[in-house]
Amino acid sequence: MAFVSEPPRQGFRLSQLLYDTRYRSMTIQVVVLMMFMAVAAWLVDNTINNLADRGKDFNFSFLGVRSGYDIGQRLIAYDSDSTHARAMLVGLLNTLLVSFLGCIVATLIGVFVGVLRLSKNWLVSRLMTLYVEIFRNIPLLLWILIIFAAFTEIAPLPNAFKEGGGASLLLFDSVAITNRYTAVPDPLFSRSLGNIDIGIFLISADLLAIVAAVAAGWYVNRLVLRRATVVQNATGVRPVTWWKTLALWTLPGILTLAALGFHLGLPTLKGFNFTGGINVTNSLMALWLALSLYTGAFIAEIVRAGVMAVSHGQTEAAYALGLRPGRTMSLVILPQALRVIIPPLISQFLNLTKNSSLAIATGYLDLRGTLGGITLNQTGRELETVLLMMLIYLVLSLMISGAMNVYNASVKLKER
Amino acid sequence: MKKSVFFGTLTAAGLVAGFAAAGTLDDVKARGELNCGVNTGLVGFAAPDANGNWSGFDVAICKAVAAAVLGDPNKVKYVPTSGQTRFTALASGEVDVLARNSTWTFLRDNDLKLDFVGVNYYDGQGFMVPKALGVSSAKELDGATICIQTGTTTELNLADFFKANNMTYQPIAIDSNAEGEQQYLAGACDAYTTDASGLAATRAAFASPGDHIILPEIISKEPLGPAVRHGDNQWGDIVRWTLNALIAAEEYGVTSANLEELSKGSANPEIDRLLGTAGDLGPMLGLDNLWAKRAIAAGGNYGEIFAATIGESTPIALARGLNAQWTQGGLLYTPPFR
Repeated sequence: MAFVSEPPRQGFRLSQLLYDTRYRSMTIQVVVLMMFMAVAAWLVDNTINNLADRGKDFNFSFLGVRSGYDIGQRLIAYDSDSTHARAMLVGLLNTLLVSFLGCIVATLIGVFVGVLRLSKNWLVSRLMTLYVEIFRNIPLLLWILIIFAAFTEIAPLPNAFKEGGGASLLLFDSVAITNRYTAVPDPLFSRSLGNIDIGIFLISADLLAIVAAVAAGWYVNRLVLRRATVVQNATGVRPVTWWKTLALWTLPGILTLAALGFHLGLPTLKGFNFTGGINVTNSLMALWLALSLYTGAFIAEIVRAGVMAVSHGQTEAAYALGLRPGRTMSLVILPQALRVIIPPLISQFLNLTKNSSLAIATGYLDLRGTLGGITLNQTGRELETVLLMMLIYLVLSLMISGAMNVYNASVKLKER
Repeated sequence: MKKSVFFGTLTAAGLVAGFAAAGTLDDVKARGELNCGVNTGLVGFAAPDANGNWSGFDVAICKAVAAAVLGDPNKVKYVPTSGQTRFTALASGEVDVLARNSTWTFLRDNDLKLDFVGVNYYDGQGFMVPKALGVSSAKELDGATICIQTGTTTELNLADFFKANNMTYQPIAIDSNAEGEQQYLAGACDAYTTDASGLAATRAAFASPGDHIILPEIISKEPLGPAVRHGDNQWGDIVRWTLNALIAAEEYGVTSANLEELSKGSANPEIDRLLGTAGDLGPMLGLDNLWAKRAIAAGGNYGEIFAATIGESTPIALARGLNAQWTQGGLLYTPPFR
């Protein structure tokens, strides 16, 4: 009688780790992990030894020491008597400012250009192609430098605004574009509510009041629109709401401004420079513009891809319903395209934020300029400052990414 | 086989570690070349010409050290460093000596673990403004926009000076002297501030130097000197005494013209010891006896180097001032060679 002999029952042998396909992948993973950990341990150990050899320690106490340097653009109170930690905060806020402004403008440019690139108008679509190809194929640093150079070389000196100097202010004597900064009027409040001290810095109560008023108007407007929809669903006729919307968008803000005694402090030339207004430095303007134009080109491509991903049948269906091309785009195509657009858009926002560390090219003191530049140099704490800077950028990126993921969840296809 | 690779790696790592721990002198000799950290470009102090040959006051120190240690003043690799990268370059071992108009301060000497081996130029921070601005004193700069090199002591002096005089200013941070020059000439700042010697050197490179003035106020002490890593005393001594040899040579009247003649023997025993004709100072440093002679032969004594690179006959036109010998009312005073 013939029967298939059972495979010999043996215990586990070491060679199985290498020759038995059930275990081999596990073996490889363990070996790779061990090698990775060994390299990491070697790096850390090497760093510690080298620091010890040089007699340096690893501590962050320098953050509490007087910084001793001044920063041109500061959003919170700061002078040379402040600590390095505060200089870091000033730099971080500058980074946040330019990233925030840059993300907004880059998105606007991107959506605008991306949609226009699909235009049937030959000239418009080619112009937009030209823009995209030029901006995304030249390194960002060069754009920053050239835009900054254009500001410094082309705009007039502040001195030129003197009597007979040849330059004049724009917009009813309120804005002066000079080769150092753009002087714009300063919003002032004659019945100011003062500032709220939250420990680290002051927050203008006026600003909070205005934001609260506008937010309230926006909320009431939503209620009005929701009611209009309810009425429309019940009766088939949508009540006219545009004047309510307009009033709710504008009136709360204007009334608050009036109540606070809003007026503009005009920039005037005094001594070397303009005073009385806000001087928005050219380094910020150049950086902002360069980051926006550069990232905008990438976003335009993302938007174009997103729009093209929506099947043409959607457009035809919208036309068949009698929607005009503009409304088709804003009501039918873009909402669907957003699902494709948002995830890569997050990466672009992250890129823009990280790219803002090129600010040093224009002398804009962002986080890289204060903590990773002057503080690093004056204290000689390379390892600590760079690690701290990496940590901050990491947290910043994760926060942006998290916020955008929440938004993504709200626009993505709802599957029920 | 795996084992042998592993141990091989270990051995290699151990060798590298051991090599790094050896003295800088041995490193330089083994390499046959001196890595010298210099300015990225400051006419008169350190700047490459059209053929890429570096020359200048700081470069002369590099050449003298290379001549003393390696016997050839041209065996130098110049590593241009910015105000931001210079100390890291030195600390990491990228350069052996930093001869880059760097100010000797307590913090740099102790906290950054560097050793400044001496002073080759006594300087102070000043301001340069266009003549057309109509300013004749730094006290009139209230509200001005000022270009300043970031990562330097000047940044801190500037903040202190304006604070002490109760004035405000708008700083514009720049990364290198070239960028500062461009920003200043474009009118992006009213004044440019750095060490007075640097201002003179920068102005000399302008198309019309006469349109700019250096204000009379000197707001700080800036002793500039070569620096080495802390902890390698032998190497520090070599650089220190090479600098001293150049200064002493001027004091004793040893020039590149009479060097050969004096090295045959002279009436002054100090000169004999310096040039290695008598005594054995060289071996005490770990070098041979003719080290100082070669260092002086590289570019002449301190006075000759000064005159050739930044002195009154050059476009930079700096007077000796504080940098004269102590016998002439200056601050240069080298310890005796005995």
